[in-house]
Amino acid sequence: MPRSGTSRSGLVGTLAVAALMAIAGYAIFFLAPTERTMGEIQRIFYFHVASAWTAFLAFFIVFVANLSYLVRRRQVWDQLAVSAAEVGLAFCTVVLLTGPIWAKPVWGIWWTWDARLTSTFVLWLLYVSYLLLRSLVEDPARRAVTSAVFGIFAFLDVPIVYMSIRWWRTQHPAPVIAGGEGSGLDPTMWWVLLVSLTAMVALLVLLLRQRFRLEQLRSELEELRLRLSTNPGNRF
Amino acid sequence: MKEPDGSMGIGTATYWIFAKELRTELRTRELLHTTLVFVLLVVVLFSFTFEPTREESRRYGPGLLWLALLFAGSLMLQPSFVREQNNDTLSALRLAPIAPFSIFLGKALASFVFLTVAELLLLPVFAALYDVTILPVLGEILVVLALGTAGMVTTGTVFAAIGAQARMRELLLPLLLLPLLVPVLIASVTATASLLVQEPAMDWTAMKFLIGFDVIYLAASALLFEYLLED
Repeated sequence: MPRSGTSRSGLVGTLAVAALMAIAGYAIFFLAPTERTMGEIQRIFYFHVASAWTAFLAFFIVFVANLSYLVRRRQVWDQLAVSAAEVGLAFCTVVLLTGPIWAKPVWGIWWTWDARLTSTFVLWLLYVSYLLLRSLVEDPARRAVTSAVFGIFAFLDVPIVYMSIRWWRTQHPAPVIAGGEGSGLDPTMWWVLLVSLTAMVALLVLLLRQRFRLEQLRSELEELRLRLSTNPGNRF
Repeated sequence: MKEPDGSMGIGTATYWIFAKELRTELRTRELLHTTLVFVLLVVVLFSFTFEPTREESRRYGPGLLWLALLFAGSLMLQPSFVREQNNDTLSALRLAPIAPFSIFLGKALASFVFLTVAELLLLPVFAALYDVTILPVLGEILVVLALGTAGMVTTGTVFAAIGAQARMRELLLPLLLLPLLVPVLIASVTATASLLVQEPAMDWTAMKFLIGFDVIYLAASALLFEYLLED
């Protein structure tokens, strides 16, 4: 398997993402205007929203990979699914951590049981369960099938959870302070958001690629171990 | 009814699976007994977490009723496949010339019956302990219970089949099932709460929502269940 060239292209990719992150950081802290009512803390918006969209993108990739695995039965789809789930969960964790940091000074509370917050939390729990399930099924083929079915069920649940919470549980029809989202966003803010979103998606691609390679190596190792245990005398 | 190729129609097969599940359960009544004791325990324990006076009962009652049912469901659905595995009968089911969906449907229906029996026995106890009036709205409450339970057993049966293939399966099912059932919990509690107030009314939005959930996951199970029976 040609792995010699990967380290160099990996390095180039890492440097490119690092440069993008630096540009986004510069844009966030020096180019974006300071929000009038919230002040400096509003700059967390660029990390928060960009991570949220990137996490959703990652979970969508999980869903597509789950479906593709059940249809095609190629191991790569399962490997892609677990990689995207893990990386997406990391981004989702960033969302859940930056949210309260932003909410405390602005809303005065760490958390509110609002539709967006709560459904993001449930989404996070669902994908934690997804990874937990994977860690508890030993047989690779079974793990792939069971987690694919669970992944599809979980993804279908996301809009349903969101609707149910929005209809019945939201105290605020809209977040207390619109937080600069929607039509009222300053054009410069939009540009900075776009730049940070690009940086986050690039980071997603980079991490996904690394994680995917690791998963391929892992399943190769798993297969070798299996062959060794079923046929101890075999020296390949 | 026999199909041209000698296999059973989906209705007949579902019936036989359903009957088999009932017979197995009636021999021991393990599931029913444990579930009943469990929901009773939860309902009693909950009474220590707040002052169960009339006002507060109305506010918290529906929530604790549904939480008790959700926990009970996530416990009692597990044996539906673990039993097959312990007795090595899953391969026989797999080999049977019947549609995989009928295995799902038969098991889900049986679990639906078990849970409903437990609910029917729990309901008067709950009403008495928490001093809520259910008799005038009994029909409506039963409809809400049926729709919520249908959502629970549909997803729960699929996840039981998933969980049976994993380690720590007794612990795993609640972890898979409970986050997914958040919408069912919200809609069922809302619907039940609107029936237990001074002027009871049926919450049709919640009803439609529950029906929607049930239909979506029934369809998803019909499409995906067969993958879980592969060897």
